[in-house]
Amino acid sequence: MHSFHSMLNYFPEEVLEHIFDFLTSHRDRNAVSLVCKSWYAVERFSREKVFVGNCYAISPERLIARFPRVRSLTLKGKPHFADFNLVPNDWGGYVQPWIESIVRGRVNLEELRLKRMLVSDESLELLATFFPNFKSLVLVSCEGFTTDGLAAIASNCRFLRELDLQENEVEDRRGQWLSCFPDSCTSLVSLNFTCLKGEVNLASLERLVARCRNLRSLRVNNAVPLDALQRILAQAPQLVDLGTGSFVHDPDTESYNKLETSMQKCTSITSLSGFLDVSARCLPAVYPICGQLTSLNLSYAPGIYSDELVKLICYCNRLERLLVLDTIGDKGLGVVASSCKELQELRVFLSDVYGIGNTAVTEEGLVAISAGCPKLNSILYFCQQMTNEALIMVAKNCPNFIRFRLCTLNPTVPDAITMQPLDEGFGAIVKSCKDLKRLSISGLLTDQVFLYIGRYAKQLEMLSIAFAGDSDKGMLSVLNGCKKLKKLEIRDCPFGNVALLADMGKYETMRSLWMSSCEVTFGACKTLAQKMPRLNVEIINENDQIEASVDDKQKVEKMYLYRTLVGPRKDAPGFVWTL
Amino acid sequence: MRSIMGDYEETELRLGLPGAGGGGNEGETSRNSSGKRGFLETVDLNLNLNNSSDGNQVEDMKQKNPIPASTDSAKPPNKAQVVGWPPVRSFRKNVLSVQKNTTATDDNKSGGSSMAFVKVCVDGAPYLRKVDLKMYQSYQQLYDALSKMFSSFTIGNCGSQGLKDFMNESKLIDLLNGSDCVPTYEDKDGDWMLVGDVPWEMFVDSCKRIRIMKGSEAIGLAPRTVERCKNRG
Repeated sequence: MHSFHSMLNYFPEEVLEHIFDFLTSHRDRNAVSLVCKSWYAVERFSREKVFVGNCYAISPERLIARFPRVRSLTLKGKPHFADFNLVPNDWGGYVQPWIESIVRGRVNLEELRLKRMLVSDESLELLATFFPNFKSLVLVSCEGFTTDGLAAIASNCRFLRELDLQENEVEDRRGQWLSCFPDSCTSLVSLNFTCLKGEVNLASLERLVARCRNLRSLRVNNAVPLDALQRILAQAPQLVDLGTGSFVHDPDTESYNKLETSMQKCTSITSLSGFLDVSARCLPAVYPICGQLTSLNLSYAPGIYSDELVKLICYCNRLERLLVLDTIGDKGLGVVASSCKELQELRVFLSDVYGIGNTAVTEEGLVAISAGCPKLNSILYFCQQMTNEALIMVAKNCPNFIRFRLCTLNPTVPDAITMQPLDEGFGAIVKSCKDLKRLSISGLLTDQVFLYIGRYAKQLEMLSIAFAGDSDKGMLSVLNGCKKLKKLEIRDCPFGNVALLADMGKYETMRSLWMSSCEVTFGACKTLAQKMPRLNVEIINENDQIEASVDDKQKVEKMYLYRTLVGPRKDAPGFVWTL
Repeated sequence: MRSIMGDYEETELRLGLPGAGGGGNEGETSRNSSGKRGFLETVDLNLNLNNSSDGNQVEDMKQKNPIPASTDSAKPPNKAQVVGWPPVRSFRKNVLSVQKNTTATDDNKSGGSSMAFVKVCVDGAPYLRKVDLKMYQSYQQLYDALSKMFSSFTIGNCGSQGLKDFMNESKLIDLLNGSDCVPTYEDKDGDWMLVGDVPWEMFVDSCKRIRIMKGSEAIGLAPRTVERCKNRG
């Protein structure tokens, strides 16, 4: 042991650094940096990609101090439940202070990936101005910026390789941002502007595509019509990933025929998405490439009925990832099960987003998929109803789930056949799927399901619970049993102070805990905040201003707590109270 | 208490006209109130006591309202008002609602209401039913559902086998010569049409109510149908 250790110390730092280069996962690098001081030092100077799961857990200054050579930064802001309108827009998650610090720190930033953050045009302009080597901007579920900010990026980032905008709320300023890419820009590899609502100059787009010979991924928005798509495909048959624009056209026209021809020549496309505006009669243009596809996203096309979906999907024998709407129905899922034997990930979304009506997808579809697709490891499934029997069968057919997210339209619906809670079904899932990392449960559920989760879900990192459980025992089972838990989000469950305060140290091993409409009181939150200085315990109270003297016995509407090295944040708005 | 609604309530007989229109009600009342319940808003007379086991989507039309376990308010929020449920990202909600509002003009409509409840009346049955045509994607599915709904009545060949036979053209002529029952519907113009002539989507858009005729009235329709079958043949 001792001699091994000193042998390793004979290696010059460069060699260690070279060895560490092979470590791409940030978790591995984190582990390596804990071995000893010299490894910590070598590692921190050589780390180029830094992942920050919660932007308030650390400050940009400290990050730059530790990792001065950082080139790629990933930041996440708002908690996950912000996606479902449970967190006010101006709760926080601003990227501006980060960019300012990075500018001051003279960091050579090349890549920035943000999720659920507030991004302003000013932030984008700073990026564009101060980082001449900037290569990659990925924004997911962000908001606060306009197409003017995009224009700044396009104009100034001469070596831009990737501009990937996923599901952001972007204000359209009609400024022709896309035309701002200079003629000298030929470096684009990936361009995704599906979420933008406004028009782009089609001629500029076609010219851009023509001169970027390395373009692999292109996802356009609704404003790009089918004939423009045809011209683009003719210029870029090397595409690997395509997101269509408007896919509506009269099939009996020359434009459409040309599209069919151009599409056939795109023999490299393995990923297809878009279809935010689509006519079923145009879908046959896509048939020739179906056999190549490994990823298909039709989840924004509610007008395509099951029969037409199925006609397309039955050609997709190599499909590994499928996103559809519940219009596919159980029968359609049966066809998926028999056609897509390589399927690994399936997401079935609601076509009726307010959940008022019904959905044609039940437990039968899920069972069919599990039986037909042995490689399935990730599922998000919105459905009308579920049964324990079905879940038990699914658990038996697919022991490899890493992500299992089930959402019943009625959050407390019991087993459709036995009228019992769905505890046994989910119990079977966690027992069988030993590598399960993410779980969302719904339906009628008692403390029993949490006992199972605590007992069996040993690799679980993220758990989402709503309208479930009977008592604190439920939450305690999870906190005690799930040793690797990182994120726990709970809404409308009868969990209270006993569960919250039982193991306060646990929260320092986790990224965050969200509890809303539960039984937790102000007093308990205050106690927790007092005892655990390295946690920020935030109370979000939209209705009233924070009063100085709040009754300790009053229940807290929304609580979000997270570990942090930098204490309470200074940018919290009036309705957020850090205890 | 989040008790499951008992079988007792499901088999409760109620008098009165079928409940008011299908879907769009955002004001579904909670299942704890003694008034109209979302679940029983339509005349949901389940003569099969084990109804809950067949998962019949038509019977299960209305959602039960979720009751948050932690609330102690007297009236639990109805489903449409529960913030953040079902958990769908705002971006996705916005995209899909916009699509609903801008109806495509070609035959693949993504717009309009997501529900199309119509009354179904079967000659000789003591009461009417309601079905949501948007639950089905073909005539066969509709016939299956109607067969299940009315299976407990003695409506002769309009029982489950009878309606299925209607789809089977080789039996069709025998059936119609026996002319026991014929499914018809009233369209937007107020005319009574034979079910099955137009593409399914067009039928869903134009159908206002359905009537399964039997007996002597049906006989009159049969020759036209037989002729149509011959032409199809």
